[in-house]
Amino acid sequence: MSAATEAERVQISRRSWLDVLHEWVVTVDHKRLGIMYVVAGIAFLVVAGLEASLMRLQLALADNTVVSPEVFNRLFTMHGTTMVFLVGIPIVFGFGNYLVPLMIGARDLAFPRLNAFGFWVFLFGGLLLYLSYLAGDGLYGTGSAPAVGWFAYAPLTSRAFSPGNSTDFWNLAVLVTGFGTIATSVNLCATIVCLRGPGMHLGRMPMFVWTMFVVSALTLMILPPLSAAQAMLLLDRFLGAHFFDTQAGGSAVAWQHFFWFFGHPEVYVLILPGFGFVSEIIPVFSRKVLFGYPMLVAATVAIGFVGMSTWAHHMFAVGLGTALTSAFAASTMLVAIPTGVKIFNWLGTMYGGKIRFATPMLFCAAFLFQFLCAGLTGVMLGVAPFDWQLTDSYFVVAHFHFVLIGGLLFTIFAAVYYWFPKATGRMLSERLGRLHFWLFVIGFNLTFVTMHFLGVQGMPRRIYTYPADRGWETLNFITSLGVPLQILGVAVFALNLIWSLRRGRVAGDDPWDAWTLEWATTSPPPACNFDRLPVTTSRRPLWDLKHPGDPDGPHE
Amino acid sequence: MMPAALGLALVAATGAAGQAERVVTPSIFDPVATPAHDIRELAYLVLGICGVIFALVGGLAAYSMIRFRQRPGDEREPPQVYGSNQIELAWTVVPLLIVVVLFLATARYIYGLEGRAPAPGDLQVTIIGNQWWWEIRYPELGIVTANELHVPVSDPARPSPVFLTLQSVDVIHSFWLPQLAGKMDVIPGKTNRMWIDPQRPGLYVGQCAEYCGTQHAGMLLRVVVHSRDEFARWVSEQRAPARDDPATQAGRALFTSLACINCHTVRGTPANGVFGPDLTHLMSRSTIGAGVARNTPDTLRAWVNDPGSIKPGALMPAMRVSHQELEQLTAYLVTLR
Repeated sequence: MSAATEAERVQISRRSWLDVLHEWVVTVDHKRLGIMYVVAGIAFLVVAGLEASLMRLQLALADNTVVSPEVFNRLFTMHGTTMVFLVGIPIVFGFGNYLVPLMIGARDLAFPRLNAFGFWVFLFGGLLLYLSYLAGDGLYGTGSAPAVGWFAYAPLTSRAFSPGNSTDFWNLAVLVTGFGTIATSVNLCATIVCLRGPGMHLGRMPMFVWTMFVVSALTLMILPPLSAAQAMLLLDRFLGAHFFDTQAGGSAVAWQHFFWFFGHPEVYVLILPGFGFVSEIIPVFSRKVLFGYPMLVAATVAIGFVGMSTWAHHMFAVGLGTALTSAFAASTMLVAIPTGVKIFNWLGTMYGGKIRFATPMLFCAAFLFQFLCAGLTGVMLGVAPFDWQLTDSYFVVAHFHFVLIGGLLFTIFAAVYYWFPKATGRMLSERLGRLHFWLFVIGFNLTFVTMHFLGVQGMPRRIYTYPADRGWETLNFITSLGVPLQILGVAVFALNLIWSLRRGRVAGDDPWDAWTLEWATTSPPPACNFDRLPVTTSRRPLWDLKHPGDPDGPHE
Repeated sequence: MMPAALGLALVAATGAAGQAERVVTPSIFDPVATPAHDIRELAYLVLGICGVIFALVGGLAAYSMIRFRQRPGDEREPPQVYGSNQIELAWTVVPLLIVVVLFLATARYIYGLEGRAPAPGDLQVTIIGNQWWWEIRYPELGIVTANELHVPVSDPARPSPVFLTLQSVDVIHSFWLPQLAGKMDVIPGKTNRMWIDPQRPGLYVGQCAEYCGTQHAGMLLRVVVHSRDEFARWVSEQRAPARDDPATQAGRALFTSLACINCHTVRGTPANGVFGPDLTHLMSRSTIGAGVARNTPDTLRAWVNDPGSIKPGALMPAMRVSHQELEQLTAYLVTLR
């Protein structure tokens, strides 16, 4: 870096930090909002990760006393709520925000100001949740966080069993962030339906856009019932209604139906964009066209529909009766089919390719194995009698962390390494990227593979300690050993982001030799995205440009 | 005072000798009753199928990643393959067939396990979930106890299952004894039923499996499976009224004059509270605080003085009695064998 260019940069960035802050706060640009979503999501990821680390410290030894039961219960409530509502959702919708208009050749989302509204509502909803640590018992008290679990089963949430205001903080924070998510979903649906650029018909949309389309539509169907349940809970707590008040004829099981009607499809809301990332990254790094695109689109839509009919498999131990239990076991197993099809199509894409193992592809490779594992344990949990043993045990904790960490978070890391050059104009360091990958993949598997065995040995979830005579200590200790490796991995990742933002290699417009429209504009893209809207001629418009003799069109 | 002190020492000695630390891991793959046994059978089938799928698909992924990695200097694009109807149809239909097989097996086990109804003469037990302990009632035998379920062994040739009725007085709990059966939730306003037929005498452990508040982790369960004779002896002991040892009159008087009787029952005394565990035969139980501590005079004394010191968050308040009163109360409780 010569002195002259350094001086030039100083010249360009002479605006004060207040100007910059003002620009970001008032922005309605989908790219900036997308980046803010992802950065805020990563910040909450660090917080929720530290909460998990404290829990693992407590559980490393039997009869441990690092934290009290009250603190532990708050930790897993905040960890779960944060990870789902303040990490998973904002990061996938952040990527959707950033990438969808670029990928379909649009200048922005359909409703830019609604988009900004969605982001700020999410951010302040998240801060509201954490404000409970200061004000949970009421503003006059010292307060603390909610301890009802992220699923907040009735009647534990009633005034009788959860006095004070901590539960209300949870309730309102989830309600408020939900409004933001609904707003963004409306926006993405409208954008994908109405603002596709010239030539970009539905059958040519990149897979990631398809997944965001299905996810947004799905969110519009599942979030309002959750918001309704939250409103009912508010009525119960403040106006003495009895929706979930079992002492007065209310139903504890009704809350579970409301919650899981949202909660299960929510898993697909999170993982489908992960599938989208993988469906963009694997072809580029295998140098092959995505195998069986129409089938992948069909599988995505199928997962959206079938995913909405599986929720009661979270409730097999409730005593649903034989008929309902069998029906939900069947629908749960059915989801495995479109999901399996996706894995096969990615393998078909890699087969016969020339695979470059850059960092994004490394994360995708680990994702494939880990998600395969997550899918198969999911089938085991769908087998209702087996689930009677496994549900609410550490096996379930292992299963969904394989879905959401081994699946989703690995694809998010892949996506950050893949699109960082587009968003910033600079490459992330490959050396730090590899270090991040190996630390995280070893730490993750150490922690979460081990948890499966704890589950089958009878260890339930959400216990702040366990007696030494259960024989669970060794496995718990190994589980906790994976934590420092993961912390180190995320620290290397953060270092990489900060260092590369200033010193990373300049990327150019198309550093990965990719095929979708976002790589046709500059890095970072101008405020209007494209100086002239590109014309789409096939599913891989940039392939057509690069190989005029053999365009994709005739093969589709 | 002498006999009471002697009694204390005696109980302490037998407690220490009879209950040395023994590791009991409640593995779901070590079943001793039909429901857990059947579930293991089904689990082996599922694990087998999933294991083969993992080996095949994982193997194919590993093969593709190694075989088709880019060689140095090779910059040409590989042939583009857009899809194949036959292959894609095959890898949709084959999983569909596997799912059909799995579903049929699953449905068979669901109906097999849930379809069983009690026959006349089968032992009936009611389990009532409380924050954070289990009340265990034998309505036909007139026994009320807590946290330790005693049942007779079931002869596989002539099965004698025990039917459990599950109810909750406060929030949702879940009844889980991994070696005997899968979980069944214990839900306020809903009555659930399950059955077990343990076929090997011994001690089996489990605990609450649905988050139920502060001491969810301290809501442990023990099942003692007796031979038929032993069980009959246990029943007759439990049906007897509480012992009334004249040597501990002071403690008994204190117990009935304090708030203890608002929550606890000791049959044959004015104590008839129902919010806490029945103490009529307290010392016949090997643990206190729903399994969080061994039931010795020392832990009992500490518990009465301040339950939170043993089980933080427990709903029983610290009794705040004088040192002498504490000794008298403990001496009385220790006689409730």
